[in-house]
Amino acid sequence: MGQITLNKVSKSFGEVEVIPPLDLTIEDGEFVVFVGPSGCGKSTLLRLIAGLEDITSGHVDIDGANATNVPPAKRGLAMVFQSYALYPHMSVKKNIAFPLRMAKLGKAEQDAKVKAAADVLNLTDYLERKPGQLSGGQRQRVAIGRAIVREPAAFLFDEPLSNLDAALRVNMRLEISELHQTLKTTMIYVTHDQVEAMTMADKIVVLQAGVIEQVGSPMELYHAPRNRFVAGFIGSPKMNFVEGAEAAKHSAHAIGFRPEHVAISAENGLWAGTVGVSEHLGSDTFLHVQTDLSSVPLTVRAPGEVEMHYGDKVFLTPDMDKLHRFDAKGLRIA
Amino acid sequence: MARNVTTTRKATVTVVAWTIGIAIFFPILWTILTSFKTEAEAIASPPSFLIFDWTLENYATVQERSNYFRHFMNSVIISGGSTVLGLIIAIPAAWSMAFVPTKNTKNVLMWMLSTKMLPPVGVLIPIYLIFRDMGLLDTRTGLVIVLTLINLPIIIWMLYTYFREIPGEILEAARMDGATLRSEIIYVLTPMAVPGIASTLLLNIILAWNEAFWTLNLTAAKAAPLTAFIASYSSPEGLFYAKLSAASTMAIAPILIMGWFSQKQLVRGLTFGAVK
Repeated sequence: MGQITLNKVSKSFGEVEVIPPLDLTIEDGEFVVFVGPSGCGKSTLLRLIAGLEDITSGHVDIDGANATNVPPAKRGLAMVFQSYALYPHMSVKKNIAFPLRMAKLGKAEQDAKVKAAADVLNLTDYLERKPGQLSGGQRQRVAIGRAIVREPAAFLFDEPLSNLDAALRVNMRLEISELHQTLKTTMIYVTHDQVEAMTMADKIVVLQAGVIEQVGSPMELYHAPRNRFVAGFIGSPKMNFVEGAEAAKHSAHAIGFRPEHVAISAENGLWAGTVGVSEHLGSDTFLHVQTDLSSVPLTVRAPGEVEMHYGDKVFLTPDMDKLHRFDAKGLRIA
Repeated sequence: MARNVTTTRKATVTVVAWTIGIAIFFPILWTILTSFKTEAEAIASPPSFLIFDWTLENYATVQERSNYFRHFMNSVIISGGSTVLGLIIAIPAAWSMAFVPTKNTKNVLMWMLSTKMLPPVGVLIPIYLIFRDMGLLDTRTGLVIVLTLINLPIIIWMLYTYFREIPGEILEAARMDGATLRSEIIYVLTPMAVPGIASTLLLNIILAWNEAFWTLNLTAAKAAPLTAFIASYSSPEGLFYAKLSAASTMAIAPILIMGWFSQKQLVRGLTFGAVK
């Protein structure tokens, strides 16, 4: 079991309230991702759940029981840190066995569990090594191994992939998703990378300045962002926004459309513009088109082989069905 | 511009360094040499440097007159005991200041350090009276306590500096892994801080070993360590330079040897945190 409920939880450091009271329910077995820009309070929120920070007001329930005053060691949660936080003086084996040793399990049982975890994570050949002799990806696996052996009610991941290089990050992303499929344990994952959020989550919690902007499945957030912040944060490259007369035509303060929802043509279209920088990714090309609609260029996704160059005159036509409308406060107009 | 180190420059630096080094070491060397002279040669003018009748007579006399081994054991017990006791108190203290600092942590640290600025003689009378009333005068226990107290600020400061270098996330990981505070300190913090703890231990043994003010004032015979042993040779009945030197040599030898073998550890310890 691993249902976690936050009731009116808030956190202040001295006079500064970093998290105003918020409510959130994380269902058993769910993969929840907290995402938001740096300093939005997502890590703090995770640490409140872990018990590493004291809650200023409200309460955290784990499986229905109030855990607010339960020390981190007794909450039955396991955490994987950004810096891996391995014990440098212990071998991989001892690192993974540490939670079991703390739980005073028998030696044979410890060995069996460490072996099982090492098998799952491909660490069997490295059990006698010290963390200093491992690569970044292997260290990350050890940190995950140390979390798995505890058979926790929930896993907490604090930006676990941000120290890895891009290729390894993709691999580990898949491994963690795979692990979630196998274990079916609740996982709470903190990241500032919306790609990780979109690809891994069952449910995404978008945070800004300690406030939950929206909670929903990746597709809900993509198709129906509650406000401009979520609209701009979810999706890559980010959504284009146009204000003024063009938005007024749709009786909105601002309209938004994603780069993948605009047609680009050299001959005709709704808006005229000039191609600026283009980014060729192979499969796709992202063109930054300067128009009279806004001061910033609009981003357009075109096929990889598109023949458009710097300075070319082009026309853009957004897909009207996929237009997002926002009012003056930035809230979505349904 | 690449720095051109000329031979002349190198030579000058070498000469200057050696001159300073020898100037610092000379008194110790002179003491050791004097300890092998007869009393007459020891005060001869002009003094002889290496050409004299080498003798071990002083060492024999010193051992005969005052029990070197007993003083030595007292020194070992007092310096070792006060260091171990100091570490037991300082590790949790440094832990709390390094990992759960409060608004006043810096002030507490400064206050502790400020106690080292106080001239010890200022508190000699009260401490003497307290020791007398508690029956701690001339006991090893008494000296262990007083030396622990006077060196505690340094031990805590050093450990605090080391602990600050240990990432807090590792201790949090231990907490998440189910470690109690005790397990966290014993299994995670202490092993990680071993180099730091070792150099703190070494430095404190040396400080306690060399401490003369309290050891001379609070002991008479039973608990007297090597500092008292040396002092007993500068008697009002006249100075016996050669014997004094022999006693000094015997007193400093153990710590000199220990310091020699652990110098790497000490230097690393004292410069810890200065460079990454």
